[in-house]
Amino acid sequence: MEFFVISLLNGVSYGLLLFMLSSGLTLIFSMMGVLNFAHAAFYMVGAYAAYALGLKIGFFPALILAPLLVGLLGALVERYGLRTVHRWGHVAELLFTFGLAYLIEELVKVVWGLASVPYRVPEVLDGPLFILYSTAFPKLRGFMMLVALLMLLAVYLMLKRTRIGLVIQAALTHPQAAEALGHNVPRVFMLVFGGGTALAGLAGVIGGVAFVTDPSMAASLGPIIFVVAVVGGMGSLAGAFLASLLIGIVQTFAIAVDWSLGGMLGVIGIVVNEQTPMYSLWKLQLSQVAPVLPYLLLVLMLIFRPKGLLGTRAD
Amino acid sequence: MSAHALELQSVRKSFGNTAIIRGVDLAIPRGERHAIIGPNGAGKSTLFNLISGRYPLSGGEILLNGESIAGLRPFEINRKGLSRSFQITNIFQRMSVFENIRCAVLWPLGYKYSFWHRLGGLKDANLRAEEVMESIGLKRRRDTYAGVLSYAEQRALEIGVTIAGGAEVVLLDEPTAGMSRTETADAVELIRKVSQGKTLIMVEHDMGVVFDLADRISVLVYGEIIACDAPQNIRGNKAVQEAYLGAEAD
Amino acid sequence: MPSARSKLRYRPLNLARWLIWGLTALVMAVLPQLFTQGFALTLMSQMGVAIIFALSYNMLLGQSGMLSFGHAVYSGLGAYVAVHALNLASKGQIWMPVSLLPLVGGLAGAFFGVLFGYVTTKRAGTTFAMITLGIGELVFSCSLMFPEFFGGEGGVTTNRVFGEPFLGITFGPSVQVYYLIALWCLLSMALMYAWSHTPLGRIANAVRDNPERAEFVGYDTQRVRWFTLIISAFFAGIAGALGMINFEIVTAENVSAARSGGVLLAAFIGGVGFFFGPIIGACVFIFFVVALSGYTQAWLLYLGLFFMLMVMFAPGGIASLVMMQVQLVARKRFGRIAPHYLGAGASGLLVLAALILTVEMTYKISVDSADGALMNLFGVEFDAAAAIPWAVAGGLWIAGGWLFNIARKRVARVWGEIQAEFVEGRT
Repeated sequence: MEFFVISLLNGVSYGLLLFMLSSGLTLIFSMMGVLNFAHAAFYMVGAYAAYALGLKIGFFPALILAPLLVGLLGALVERYGLRTVHRWGHVAELLFTFGLAYLIEELVKVVWGLASVPYRVPEVLDGPLFILYSTAFPKLRGFMMLVALLMLLAVYLMLKRTRIGLVIQAALTHPQAAEALGHNVPRVFMLVFGGGTALAGLAGVIGGVAFVTDPSMAASLGPIIFVVAVVGGMGSLAGAFLASLLIGIVQTFAIAVDWSLGGMLGVIGIVVNEQTPMYSLWKLQLSQVAPVLPYLLLVLMLIFRPKGLLGTRAD
Repeated sequence: MSAHALELQSVRKSFGNTAIIRGVDLAIPRGERHAIIGPNGAGKSTLFNLISGRYPLSGGEILLNGESIAGLRPFEINRKGLSRSFQITNIFQRMSVFENIRCAVLWPLGYKYSFWHRLGGLKDANLRAEEVMESIGLKRRRDTYAGVLSYAEQRALEIGVTIAGGAEVVLLDEPTAGMSRTETADAVELIRKVSQGKTLIMVEHDMGVVFDLADRISVLVYGEIIACDAPQNIRGNKAVQEAYLGAEAD
Repeated sequence: MPSARSKLRYRPLNLARWLIWGLTALVMAVLPQLFTQGFALTLMSQMGVAIIFALSYNMLLGQSGMLSFGHAVYSGLGAYVAVHALNLASKGQIWMPVSLLPLVGGLAGAFFGVLFGYVTTKRAGTTFAMITLGIGELVFSCSLMFPEFFGGEGGVTTNRVFGEPFLGITFGPSVQVYYLIALWCLLSMALMYAWSHTPLGRIANAVRDNPERAEFVGYDTQRVRWFTLIISAFFAGIAGALGMINFEIVTAENVSAARSGGVLLAAFIGGVGFFFGPIIGACVFIFFVVALSGYTQAWLLYLGLFFMLMVMFAPGGIASLVMMQVQLVARKRFGRIAPHYLGAGASGLLVLAALILTVEMTYKISVDSADGALMNLFGVEFDAAAAIPWAVAGGLWIAGGWLFNIARKRVARVWGEIQAEFVEGRT
């Protein structure tokens, strides 16, 4: 029971982190049609920026400042880079962000090196939030959930209650119409790209301290957020939210479970032993198979329901 | 074997709650030149899209030579002998005129997905492509990229690609749209020539073209056919005059 | 008149074609005699493999409009099957000469092309790209789950020398491996070139340009893309097997996203719109990865930057830039723009020097500071922590940037003038 509750809480907190990341990706894709391959790289920059700033001004000021810096970087990239590529079409934009991902990762390596940096949890967030039976749920995880929910609230309010939010909402499903209505689309693009990357940076500030901050953090989380965006439905924030939680919970549970695949079949009465063909597949434990699950879900979703869970465009 | 090349039975099409085609019945005998006219928004292009398999039917039946083609994919319908042109020129922009037409003859000649035949050595394909190119009058533009042709030349190429495969039933969607008077006259002669012995169905706005070419005319208004008759009878039809002019003509 | 023209039309083209292929074969045969060091040999071998891989990738991207992020799956799995075949042959359990291993790799690649291709080609465009990404990650994640096939963390090793030598060939020395690769490379290039002149090849182009129109001339676009992918995967498998023979090891890296990304970079940099584009791109890519990496740790940064600049300013790749100049030469206007190119090139070199200096110095100070900040760049020794080198870098940025901007505008102006002349019809 305690295993279930703790794993559920861990899964939800991880899922909320994934949502922080994928919401920016979804917004950028919906508004601009650009699939930002470099999104996880901005996440990484957020972590490193928070680490570097944190050494000088402390964790909480860095929590505010680092995402803003990342957002500024994103806006500059859009203004001076992406905008040049816009005329060549969506594939070129995709390739641009693809190259950008490499570039940012290498720049991080050049400045901070190949090893991980000691981005530490601040004292006030260290330690358990509460103890359920004998397992502790860390304060840090709770803080992660809090920041993610606050961010979700802020984005929701901005989209529903402000004028710029109205424009973005319209562009989420009908980008050409929004453009035709005469909104200063290039400036809005810059804002959306900067805003999306700032969200990624915020996720990085928290993610970097919860997990390891090293140059490979972009490559390890990057593909997962694409799975989230596609499974949820390209262009749907609600879908991204659902998919993030789904994948976060499934992965957290799968990693912690030691049942073998064959054993699970045994539960429904099918006997699996050394004689069974493909035994090396069946003796795998769920925890070993866990990394594959999101991609399996992606492939299945793309075959049977390319719109995703709640998507509006199959594209 | 049915006498009709193409038959529409109670065809219906709705997009969401909006009904565009509200029950169309049409029977076109083999070899007829049939025109579909009507005011803008009547659903003429939608009808073509339904026949050629671009959109699924919401109701009713479509028969090609007596065989149901509802629900088939466009390439399946094409293989059964129906070909169409598009209102907005839809050709292979980055290929030459010759290559465009040759692409249209490969499947009908049976080359399918072959990756062991050398294109340059396919005598029948190359000969047929040259023939079609000659008949549409673009022989001197043989190696020009389709993207840089003039508008009228592109429309001619569009017709060429449509008929090159030898389909028995040809749908032409506003073939003379945007043409000058001389270009239109040339286009009419071209259409008359290439539709010899075939069943032709065209959507047109230019009444001169319609009365020149068509054996019969159907008038489509708000998704329904209000008249289907020989050209001279359509001219005097009260309901048609009302639909086009909005009031009684004197 | 027209018939006489059409009789003459094909002859000069055919001669040029034989000349180009013959010259290529000659160059490939002679290269190892000119560059005999071991390093040059491994560079050329890797280029040969990369050429096959990049050309196979361009069958998808350039010829059929299919952007794939998971092409390494086919070359990697082809390599794995081939390495197992090689190990079985070494033990005498099957008959398989080393020279036929690329065929095994190719057939394995094609098999997986049938399997995965059926799933991936159901959709087109961005959705297709995402599925290939998913399948790539899927296969890579599987690599730790099936150690019998994937060899676990260490991969699968092998020895390409076994049995009796055939006509004195053991494939032990790297020059023999080079000639094997060169032969398969030439064969693959010829076959892939020929493919683009078959019905399937041409219809694949049609599907790329206008999938709807392709359907309306009787073609099932899904089938066209699936068959194209199978053939592309076949050649990718050949490349994978040749790489395996060269390095005598296959690891999970062979099916990684990095490999898939690499071939995309290579094909794009070379130019996807021309057949010979990926050939250039493969050579440039290998140069960056193998040669440059020996001189600087930041080689991937330079490559990434180069790629991004190409996307922004020359999306047709190096091949398109070359063809544009060829057009100028043919119409005798190259001489007019050449001095401006030189000016842009010289100032561009200043900017490049500034970039290299900044990047290498930053690297030295922040990462490589174990043995102090003294460094050596192009034979010049200096202290990266001192102020002077940074001032030099700053100066190079400013001067180079300003001069390059002027030169760039000048090139654009002359180019525009020349293009205007062409449009007006002046030959």
